[in-house]
Amino acid sequence: MHNENIEQHFNNRNVTEINSDYFMVDIADYPTDGWGKFTRTLRRALRGELFVGLWVVLREMIRFDIHTIQYPLEKMPIGPRYRAVHEMKRLWESDAERCIGCGLCEKICISNCIRIDTRLDEESRKEVTEYSINLGRCIFCGYCAEVCPELAITHGGEYENASDQREHFIMYQDMLTPFDTMKAGTQVEFEGFGAITPHEDERVKKTPLAY
Amino acid sequence: MEMAYFIETIIKIVVILLVFSGLAGIGTYFERKVLAFMQRRLGPVNVGPFGLLQVAADGIKLFTKEDIVPTNVVGKIFKIAPVITAATAFMAAAAIPFLPSFTLFGYEVHPIVADINIGILYILGIMGVGLYGPLLGGMASANKFSLISAARGAAVFISYEVVTGLSILAPIMMVGSLSLVDFNEYQADGITSWIVWTQPVAFILFWIAAFAETGRTPFHLIANDHEIIDGFGTEYSGMRWGLFFIGEYANMFFISFVIALLFLGGYGDGSFLGAIGLLLKVAFFFFFFLWTRAAWPDIRPDQLMWLCWKVLMPIAMINILITAIVLM
Repeated sequence: MHNENIEQHFNNRNVTEINSDYFMVDIADYPTDGWGKFTRTLRRALRGELFVGLWVVLREMIRFDIHTIQYPLEKMPIGPRYRAVHEMKRLWESDAERCIGCGLCEKICISNCIRIDTRLDEESRKEVTEYSINLGRCIFCGYCAEVCPELAITHGGEYENASDQREHFIMYQDMLTPFDTMKAGTQVEFEGFGAITPHEDERVKKTPLAY
Repeated sequence: MEMAYFIETIIKIVVILLVFSGLAGIGTYFERKVLAFMQRRLGPVNVGPFGLLQVAADGIKLFTKEDIVPTNVVGKIFKIAPVITAATAFMAAAAIPFLPSFTLFGYEVHPIVADINIGILYILGIMGVGLYGPLLGGMASANKFSLISAARGAAVFISYEVVTGLSILAPIMMVGSLSLVDFNEYQADGITSWIVWTQPVAFILFWIAAFAETGRTPFHLIANDHEIIDGFGTEYSGMRWGLFFIGEYANMFFISFVIALLFLGGYGDGSFLGAIGLLLKVAFFFFFFLWTRAAWPDIRPDQLMWLCWKVLMPIAMINILITAIVLM
């Protein structure tokens, strides 16, 4: 089905309209008398529907079009907007950490699983000293990534976070993009909510400095 | 009784027991593989090459599992029920000629434990006794679902056994013997002499009844997983449950042999090719058991009884009448 058809399909949901795509399926009434039941039995017995079923499964067996994904060895590609374990990004220009220690993520976290501790360093810049997410409590709602003004904390694609303890913490250093990834220029930006959309450059307006 | 015959019979029994216990295990492997392929899955792949050792893994698991006898069950009957299923399945094999007779080290071997003159009657009788396994196991289990399963087992047993007996009566009238070896001799003249051409209705009826006899999918209502958990097997664990399983799969193989011998010429003239032919026929019928499981839905108990009493039994009776008139 084409896109415009889908749109029309979703908007035109009035079943009673004559021009509607919806129609009632033609289902015959159940037989009530003995003769009707008998002919229905004969029809069902002789029409060979059982063999249609047999043929369908045999055809699939001969085709051998296996859909199994052998999970630990093979993995499904997941969407770029998938909300799995968090990542901390670095700046492309300086490889410095993007996190400015504003603490918004800690404030908005509805399951109280983020803990952030900051201090002012020698140059009076805020520095993150402690940052941890309790993945046992995190519900992966994505508010922290949404609220982050610097696109510093985002969600990643790592979903295999099974742990043998209930409180499975993830520390700042584990989430932070490693330096060699930055050196290779392979840091992957999160394309999900709050991220920069692909055509952002065209939509940027010059800041009016005249006034 | 001379000693040589005695030893020969013992050896045959041991060989049949070992071969068909092993086949029951491999049968589960094939069932899982065939079902998986038909449903676009892979089936067991991790244990051994192509998952072949899965059978051994399952066997080890079944043997080493704790044998639980729950409270409130009727202990003795609960313990003996799986043995009935497995034992009767193998006892029924005594009158089945598995291969044509061949010469081994100058000694002529008949691959049949006892060529008794009431062969097919004995087989059907013993297979009928096999239903006491689910019946007693279900009644002794102190579990509502097991009890339902036992009740269904009794109802199904009465229904299909009539069809089995009546459908096979017409071929028996033609052959004039109950021995499966005589059945085979009757059809030894090649493909045109097969009883399936003269008795197609009896063949279809017996085949349908075989599904009820072994409790396979269209009539899998004694242990219907989605309705009554595992039916009579719900309370069983370990090798007791495994015995039910072995019995079921051995039954599938034996009934496949019986169908092939009764209607499809068996091993024919007894040549090597004929023996291969018999094994191929049995393989087809076994495959068909798995095939239908992938393709067909289960029917309700009342539908099965409707089918057996109101459809299959009258057809079987008419078939017997027509056969009798033609034979006269």
